[in-house]
Amino acid sequence: MDSNFLLSVEGVSKSFPGVKALDNVQLNIEKGKVHALMGENGAGKSTLMKILIGMLQPDSGKIIFKGEQVRFSAVHEAIAAGFSMIHQELLPFPELTVAENIFMGREPVYGWSGWINRKKLYADAKALMNKLGVTISVNRLMKTLSVAEMQMVEIAKAIVNKAEVIIMDEPTSAISGREVDILFNIIHDLKKEGIAIIYISHKMDEIFKIADTISVMRDGEYIGTYPAASLNNQQLINLIVGRELNTVFEKRAANPGAPLLSVQNLCGKNFADISFEVRQGEILGIAGLMGAGRTEIVQAIFGIDNISSGIIKVKGREIKIACPGDAIHNSIGLISEDRKLTGLVLSSSVKHNITLAALKKTSPGIFLDLEKEKKLADDQVRKFNIKTPSSNQVVNYLSGGNQQKVVIAKVLLNDPDIIIFDEPTRGIDIGAKTEIYKMITELAGKGKAIIMISSELIEVLGLSDRILVVRKGRISKELNKEEATQEVIMEYAME
Amino acid sequence: MNLAKNYLSRYGILIALLVICIILSIATPYFFTAQNLIIVLRQVSINGILAIGVTFVIIAGGIDLSLGSVVALTGVIAASFAHPGMYPVIVPVMLALLSGALIGAINGLTITLGKVAPFIVTLGMMTIARGLALVLSNGRPVTNLSPSFNFIGGGDVLYIPVPILLFVLVILISSVILKYTRIGRYIYAVGGNENAAKASGIRVARVKLFAYIMCSGLAALAGIVLASRITTGQPNAGIAYELDAIAAVVIGGTSLLGGRGSIAGTVIGVLIIGVINNGLDLLNVSSYYQQIIKGVIIVGAVLLDRKNAR
Repeated sequence: MDSNFLLSVEGVSKSFPGVKALDNVQLNIEKGKVHALMGENGAGKSTLMKILIGMLQPDSGKIIFKGEQVRFSAVHEAIAAGFSMIHQELLPFPELTVAENIFMGREPVYGWSGWINRKKLYADAKALMNKLGVTISVNRLMKTLSVAEMQMVEIAKAIVNKAEVIIMDEPTSAISGREVDILFNIIHDLKKEGIAIIYISHKMDEIFKIADTISVMRDGEYIGTYPAASLNNQQLINLIVGRELNTVFEKRAANPGAPLLSVQNLCGKNFADISFEVRQGEILGIAGLMGAGRTEIVQAIFGIDNISSGIIKVKGREIKIACPGDAIHNSIGLISEDRKLTGLVLSSSVKHNITLAALKKTSPGIFLDLEKEKKLADDQVRKFNIKTPSSNQVVNYLSGGNQQKVVIAKVLLNDPDIIIFDEPTRGIDIGAKTEIYKMITELAGKGKAIIMISSELIEVLGLSDRILVVRKGRISKELNKEEATQEVIMEYAME
Repeated sequence: MNLAKNYLSRYGILIALLVICIILSIATPYFFTAQNLIIVLRQVSINGILAIGVTFVIIAGGIDLSLGSVVALTGVIAASFAHPGMYPVIVPVMLALLSGALIGAINGLTITLGKVAPFIVTLGMMTIARGLALVLSNGRPVTNLSPSFNFIGGGDVLYIPVPILLFVLVILISSVILKYTRIGRYIYAVGGNENAAKASGIRVARVKLFAYIMCSGLAALAGIVLASRITTGQPNAGIAYELDAIAAVVIGGTSLLGGRGSIAGTVIGVLIIGVINNGLDLLNVSSYYQQIIKGVIIVGAVLLDRKNAR
């Protein structure tokens, strides 16, 4: 055992009913370093972090912090000891101000009275934000902040709590470009102050930019720890997936046929004057910054949001779409951006989720054909390689990547001709990503018309035959495959 | 050990019911007799029908507080058309059921089209329906009902009281709807995640409307049975019945958050409440203490359920 380490995890195991989530895992964290923790979804990263922060207790093993064994039975104990976690899904108090959020639970008070010293609260908060180089007014209500700004507030909160170990769980999953740079600058400053950062992300380029050390986990087991400089992209991917994974994007000859979907002068909330068409066998990418209106456009086409004017044609015929049922009826499928919000009924089984959108077709009468349903669901589970003990498993217990496959299996069970993927790979691991890319390519090969929205430009570039760039709710540029590069897309996407 | 734990979490409520029955059988010789068990079933049938109705609404992610008032209103309506020599018995029955369904439709439409919280809408309906019952009856019990109407609550078929037969029929039909029909599946989906249900092409408003109509319709059936049983349309009947019904649903493991639950669970919940009421009566426990015990059991059951879920 090396006493130089600020934090050591030794032989930690944790089981849940039916799954061994962590098996004899170790991890050594140094002061003032960024330690990236990598692994596919379901590899056990989140479980390990939840143990460190006191949300879960290990079945066996030791956690040694500053030379002493610690055991946190609740989150507040971990925070008091010097741990802080910035969750992927932020947990702010939306109706309180930035300053109140930062000092939540640590408000400066007058003596023993419990009366909050508001003056000091706001002054301290302001001083802290200045130190971080963040220009957010501390008087603003939390709910008025962007996701990136909220993250800055979370970091400020960690500093107020005198955290010595800050865990960041996919901090960049909802922020882009400039905001990522600000975050990285702050991380550099934190390092200088000797704070250790455990950084979880699926974005390779980020890892190599920010991490000093990389640890890899796979299927609940510890694989190894490496200096970041000693690995290249491909080596790291191979370690994570445990197999060779070379061509992420398949080359294919696009051979678009007749237009299946065309929209003309579509206007709605947050977008205007959108016209485009997608052809049979074609993958149309939609790029743009977060909040540019990409999701709103496809949600309106699918009937979730209202259209104020414009024409939608499917296979040359003008149609009216008032609700998602109309869209499904016209052979349109949408794999939505947020699987937990609009994709899945988390409390229901894999089977019930898969068949939910197709029940009308598979059981046209009043009664359900349960045998047929089971067969269809089991077929989809096999076809999409969904890892689940059975199709009766409650979806909530699956990993993110498998949940996403359930959403795709559900939408494709209706066999739509026009398929819209909105951020199909958000928050899922490289293995599942590759499977989804393959799936999209195959669908195009079968003559489906595909619209693909993604914030990851590599994805849009790798898959699309044609790319629309959206800026402030309007199409700012249409690019064909040959002329599209990351630089060109960003040029038209930036405001 | 693990297997036992598994069984306990799955059949925990059923086991609790059996344990209570065994304890009562030992404590008093009067409990485990055919006669007494029939009494228990007849006593629980009204709460049972109400609880099954509200199970639909709760699984769909809603709540209905107007049940007790609907019982009174539909009882008064049925009784008003059930005087001897007035109409065939089918007329008061149908009128009461249709009024119940109409109230459910009003609840459902206000909730879906008006986008008002179910708690508020049905709280309002609770006083509206009570007021209507008082208006229609002039605040007086409606008596002098025909023998054929009184048969519904007081008669036997093959030695079995009619309310029990109706309760069993409601159990069977409701289980089939929730398990084997499309609308039943949609009720779970809407309660589990309304947005995902909508994105799957489900007409969410229709599903909710169905649940509320089902709920108030069954409340009307309970109202008919009660009026017939006490041979009176009583405008002050059914006060706080909705709470007993919701308690049974919750004891039965249905989540108040929606998306999870079953008719079987509700029926067991109804039986637990009924058996305890009956047992405490047999043991001469004061009704004051009975209330305390019932409250402890409601919270205790959910507490156990929580622990097992973890």
